[in-house]
Amino acid sequence: MSASMTTSNTRSLRGYLTERSASGRLLMPYVTAGVRGDWLELIDACIDAGADAIEVGIPFSDPAIDGETIQQASVVALDAGMTPAQCLSELAKREFGVPLIAMTHYNLVYRYGHERFAADLVGAGCWGTILPDLPLDVAGDWITAANEHDIENVLLAAPVTSDERLVEVVENTGGFVYVVSTMGTTGGRDTVDDAATVLARRVKALSDVPAIVGFGISNAETAVTAAEAADGVIIASALMRRVLNGDSTDDVASLVSEIRVGLDEAYGA
Amino acid sequence: MAMPIAASPKNMGAPNDLGFFGEFGGRYVGEPLIEACLELETAFTNAWADPSFRQEFLDLLNGYGGRPSPTTECANLGEMLGLRLLLKREDLNHTGSHKINNVLGQALLAKRMGKTRLIAETGAGQHGVATATAAALMGMTCTVYMGEVDMERQALNVFRMRLLGTEVRPAMSGSRTLKDAVNEAMRAWVSEVGDTHYCLGSVMGPHPYPWMVRTFHEIIGTEARQQVLDLTGELPDLAVACVGGGSNAAGLFAGFADDPSVRLIGAEPAGGAAAGRGVPAIVHGMKSYFMQDEVGQILEAESISAGLDYPGLGPEHSHLAKTQRAEYYSVTDEEVLEAFQLLSRTEGIIPALESAHAIAWVMKAKDELAGQTVLVNMSGRGDKDVQQVQEILEQ
Ligand SMILES: Cc1ncc(COP(=O)(O)O)c(C=O)c1O
Repeated sequence: MSASMTTSNTRSLRGYLTERSASGRLLMPYVTAGVRGDWLELIDACIDAGADAIEVGIPFSDPAIDGETIQQASVVALDAGMTPAQCLSELAKREFGVPLIAMTHYNLVYRYGHERFAADLVGAGCWGTILPDLPLDVAGDWITAANEHDIENVLLAAPVTSDERLVEVVENTGGFVYVVSTMGTTGGRDTVDDAATVLARRVKALSDVPAIVGFGISNAETAVTAAEAADGVIIASALMRRVLNGDSTDDVASLVSEIRVGLDEAYGA
Repeated sequence: MAMPIAASPKNMGAPNDLGFFGEFGGRYVGEPLIEACLELETAFTNAWADPSFRQEFLDLLNGYGGRPSPTTECANLGEMLGLRLLLKREDLNHTGSHKINNVLGQALLAKRMGKTRLIAETGAGQHGVATATAAALMGMTCTVYMGEVDMERQALNVFRMRLLGTEVRPAMSGSRTLKDAVNEAMRAWVSEVGDTHYCLGSVMGPHPYPWMVRTFHEIIGTEARQQVLDLTGELPDLAVACVGGGSNAAGLFAGFADDPSVRLIGAEPAGGAAAGRGVPAIVHGMKSYFMQDEVGQILEAESISAGLDYPGLGPEHSHLAKTQRAEYYSVTDEEVLEAFQLLSRTEGIIPALESAHAIAWVMKAKDELAGQTVLVNMSGRGDKDVQQVQEILEQ
């Protein structure tokens, strides 16, 4: 696994994901920083359970794109005092075997300062950012600052995204395209929309950039469905739901293992 | 006589293509909402260029909303304060506040777009009531999101909305006030965007809302300017309005933005003084001044008035503040309570607690304003607040 990790001046999230996806579907669990005291161990456990990369959520006070679960996880983490700086400095003290991707709302990046945030992301082992409320029309300044530090900014595509706009998303995204599976907020659902498959196909028809589906994936079955036309899946709320329920780290990670097995059985490892 | 709808003033014109007024505004929403914002922008632009839409809007404002609202000279309080006090009476509109102007505009637009459902956020409940009213009028279904705390403070308005056939859903997250109701409404909009129009209640949110909502409220300033001229033969020295998100202020200011002699004053609650104490933030789809902590978490506003209990303000106000075309000052809850009672006693006009902020600022600044003509936007009437004030005063 660490064989494909490269040094920061040559690393490429897109390259890494492309390489990994050649032999199976990618699995990216999400963990809210500070959701509980052992959140860093939780990341380790997810990696041990077969994660290809980890999305680290930096909690924001007004997470407008998030459903109930991530909202609650954010409140818990904020109440525990988590800040962007603390998140990045705690990550910086560790070595993880896979790339991290910071996911948050743009205001925290704006306040931190583009330049400093990009630099600190590198120190924290982050290869990319996902800022869902920073659409491409206004993302230029951040993308420039991020790219100077080899941080790739991931853009999102939604089922309603027009063909014209999808071309721009695909051309301007870094790392991969985050395929939003459904018209809604983050949150585990029992079924995944066909919209995810349709959208993943539209992305793949335009480019060989990895397309990874997120929003609403809750178990192996929904992951397998969502990954049909895509390169992988993101699982967030279903994990954080277990954390909020007080499940042990092993129990949380077992969901990651189940999905790993499901994806590998369906699409080969 | 009914006033025609004028062209927008130069100094409060359209934002740029990306929705920015100077450095503020924009469209900071997730990809799922981008298409909806673009669709709305196109629909509004086309509708506003269509004289038949404008005429229909004006007919509704007048025939249903009760416009034009008068401008009333308040000689008693004016004499007491040593100035000439004029009130623009948005409190006399149907549903009791300025909010109906914007809502009738958006509901008409939603119909034109083929939407069958309205959703809205509300703080004091005035915007919720106005939206519920428009939905009833136009045969649309309606859901209003309201902070749980506000549902308690404004129980009467909750009942009014239900009476009008609207479903009221509590926003349970965060401070359970207006900002959380906005979050909830935005979340709901994403999943229902096909048949639903989000009827945003102030000059905030992603482009085109700040511009569109202000445009629908420009009638306030257009009427007021002519009425003041008719009454006094001159322009006022100041135009004063309370600022939550800033819609009643934006509507008033638009009438005077191109008159450099008229000072434009926004009165904010001390516990939510975004223009006074804020730093630019990106939240609720826009870049604007917000009260936030040092890392960028948005703070909870704290105000006696649910309608001003918002930690930010609309981006055009941030721009007007930054360019110093308008000035923003804050008043305390105590000063507001004082103003609420004084206007009631001296003029027989019970103001909304929100509007009482504007009166409170005039009272506070009276020495500086001696002899001047001060136009205050009476954005709403105080019926909804009477019980709350009674409880506070009897404590
Ligand atoms: C009477 C009245 N005035 C003012 C406001 C504040 O809104 P805005 O700042 O958008 O005018 C409200 C909001 O509920 C209101 O009800």
